[in-house]
Amino acid sequence: MNKDNQVLEELTSKEYEHGWTIDIETDSAPKGLNEGIIRFISAKKNEPEWLLEWRLKAYRQWTKMTEPKWPNVTYPPIDYQDLIYYSAPKQKVQPKNLEDVDPELIKTFEKLGISLTEQKRLTGVAVDAVIDSVSVATTYKTTLAELGIIFCSFSEAVKEHPELVKKYMGSVVPVNDNYFAALNSAVFTDGSFCYIPKGVRCPMELSTYFRINAANTGQFERTLIVADEGSYVSYLEGCTAPMRDENQLHAAVVEIYAMKDAQVKYSTVQNWYPGDKHGKGGIYNFVTKRGLCFGDGSKISWTQVETGSAITWKYPSCILKGDNSMGEFYSVAVTNNYQQADTGTKMIHIGKNTKSRIVSKGISAGHSQNSYRGQVKIMKRAENARNFSQCDSLLMGDKCGAHTFPYIDVENNSARIEHEATTSKIGEDQIFYCLQRGIDEESAVALIVNGYAKEVLNQLPMEFAVEAQKLLALTLEGSVG
Amino acid sequence: MLTIKNLQAKIDGKQILTGVNLEVKAGEVHAIMGPNGSGKSTLASVLAGREEYEVTEGQVEFLGKNLLEMAPEERARDGVFLAFQYPVEIPGVSTINFMKTALNQIRVHRGQQPLDAVSFLKLMKEKMKLVEMDQSLLNRSLNEGFSGGEKKRNEIFQMAMLEPKLSILDETDSGLDIDALKIVANGVNKLRNKSNGVIVVTHYQRLLDYIIPDFVHVLYRGRIVKSGTKELALELEAKGYDWIKDELALA
Ligand SMILES: Nc1ncnc2c1ncn2[C@@H]1O[C@H](COP(=O)(O)OP(=O)(O)O)[C@@H](O)[C@H]1O
Ligand SMILES: [Mg+2]
Repeated sequence: MNKDNQVLEELTSKEYEHGWTIDIETDSAPKGLNEGIIRFISAKKNEPEWLLEWRLKAYRQWTKMTEPKWPNVTYPPIDYQDLIYYSAPKQKVQPKNLEDVDPELIKTFEKLGISLTEQKRLTGVAVDAVIDSVSVATTYKTTLAELGIIFCSFSEAVKEHPELVKKYMGSVVPVNDNYFAALNSAVFTDGSFCYIPKGVRCPMELSTYFRINAANTGQFERTLIVADEGSYVSYLEGCTAPMRDENQLHAAVVEIYAMKDAQVKYSTVQNWYPGDKHGKGGIYNFVTKRGLCFGDGSKISWTQVETGSAITWKYPSCILKGDNSMGEFYSVAVTNNYQQADTGTKMIHIGKNTKSRIVSKGISAGHSQNSYRGQVKIMKRAENARNFSQCDSLLMGDKCGAHTFPYIDVENNSARIEHEATTSKIGEDQIFYCLQRGIDEESAVALIVNGYAKEVLNQLPMEFAVEAQKLLALTLEGSVG
Repeated sequence: MLTIKNLQAKIDGKQILTGVNLEVKAGEVHAIMGPNGSGKSTLASVLAGREEYEVTEGQVEFLGKNLLEMAPEERARDGVFLAFQYPVEIPGVSTINFMKTALNQIRVHRGQQPLDAVSFLKLMKEKMKLVEMDQSLLNRSLNEGFSGGEKKRNEIFQMAMLEPKLSILDETDSGLDIDALKIVANGVNKLRNKSNGVIVVTHYQRLLDYIIPDFVHVLYRGRIVKSGTKELALELEAKGYDWIKDELALA
């Protein structure tokens, strides 16, 4: 542990000793969704008129849309009028100390090697998450401000940088892009905003540290990242704590806008509550993520490790508009028990000499269903476009399914496209080989699976990669034999 | 250290081992020879605890314990090592990482501290020399794209790392040229000592010129039909297996 962490830990545990009380959010909108609710949300957040209008426009579009039925997932119909769109669910009492937290959750944390402070923060125990993250955010902020980097909550951005928000919000994912994006646009509660000025290389990984707290309240967050010419940023979407809830809808939107020669790397480790062994509960994770390589020579790289959620519907995509721009998608999606994942990417080549690379590693166990769905589209103007796709599936047991749906659409003959796909079973031979060397079965599976996913895990920042490896092993625990 | 009594086993309803008796004492090297399909690999797999094989009769005692009741990883941790006839490939997992995981699990089992990275590396370098392995090979995915000889050498390297009490080498010589064979045999000989037992399964007597066995057994149709000293291996080399089959037919 470094000095900073030690100090932080001391400080926060002191605060705990002093008996912090938590402000339980009592404001909440009534169930259901209508224009009144949207006005209510907007008023609660003291939003400017233009944003309210934006929300209402999205809402009106949404009412005319229907839920997509094409993903390879099944779930009972969602009653959108039975949901609360603002505030924390009231029945959820915040635990006062770690003893009150679900012991199974604590066990999971321990296995993940998450520090006590971190555990407290993630479970929302007495350490006031808001105070905690504000202090952290402030340390960040001085360094970042000196470079002109803006990194703040979405609500704050609306107040402090309305011109930027106005200009870029919805420029990559239009309000009517799809059903869930429209819903998000109408009711989003918070999220994060990031702007990297011209020529600035962000010196640290930016993570959605403070958004973890928000996750308890809003399931509709929005992220907007704008990278100005020649800038660079690596952005992490944090380890979202497992949540013990009924099926909950999570419909987020992430937009990335990259100007000339800008580079954005966006990494996610998604660990929402997947439901129990029998498929009860869990998050419906319907997320729209898209990056626009607007400027020439820009690059956007998505890396995702998807281990959680009951249902995942997610296609982080790149629109390669600028000439010589590049998009990457690295994904590991693990499903176990009754989880369902339909995930992949879209690479839309518009500019000349645009390149894209897709590496998808699916792992299915238990009764789960795991689909890769990807589209590579080469538009007429995209001279010399290149794509490489590698889609591998690994099966554990014989009750799960792996599916691959690649769509390739080429309108320019100079394109070069390579697609490779493999399906393999985790070998009895491989496991026996490990056992024979004294390695227990759980570690054997972890070893083999992490080896299989290595190319993707290598893309993650160091500490994140370690966490992701442990998560993969945890997700697959007990899935062999 | 190892006592096998009337061991019978089958797979997919097919009886493969029909009553193996064998006693291996500490410090001894036993060679098991026999024609293809006679059950040599099956015997090795059953001793290592492969679940696909069903033991239908017999006992195996290893260092005072009932081996057949132990899980495969427990057998390994207690000192049973199998050098596979066909070592498997594990993509994305380096031999170094694999060995570190294995060695540390075994150490924890023995009540020892896991080795830190520095001590591990030191140990590894020492053992690499034994089989003349290059470190770049150990950095690569386990056995992936290895030549036949490299795979076999890697098996002996792993054996050296884990320091087993009983080593079973299943056709470690097959597919090796004479130089590689010497390296492998040399490695095994250096690991031989008074407290360890070795079972060398082989098809050819060639290996036994370099690893001199104390006993040679002929496995045929799932049981040991003839035992002798290293001269038996020479005789088999000269005359093939047919005379044994004939002998059996007469008896
Ligand atoms: N999975 C299996 N199902 C049926 N028969 C098998 C299986 N595995 C091995 N055998 C048979 O068992 C016999 C012994 O095989 P093995 O032990 O590999 O012989 P060896 O190593 O002496 O050449 C062979 O006849 C082989 O075909
Ligand atoms: Mg064999």
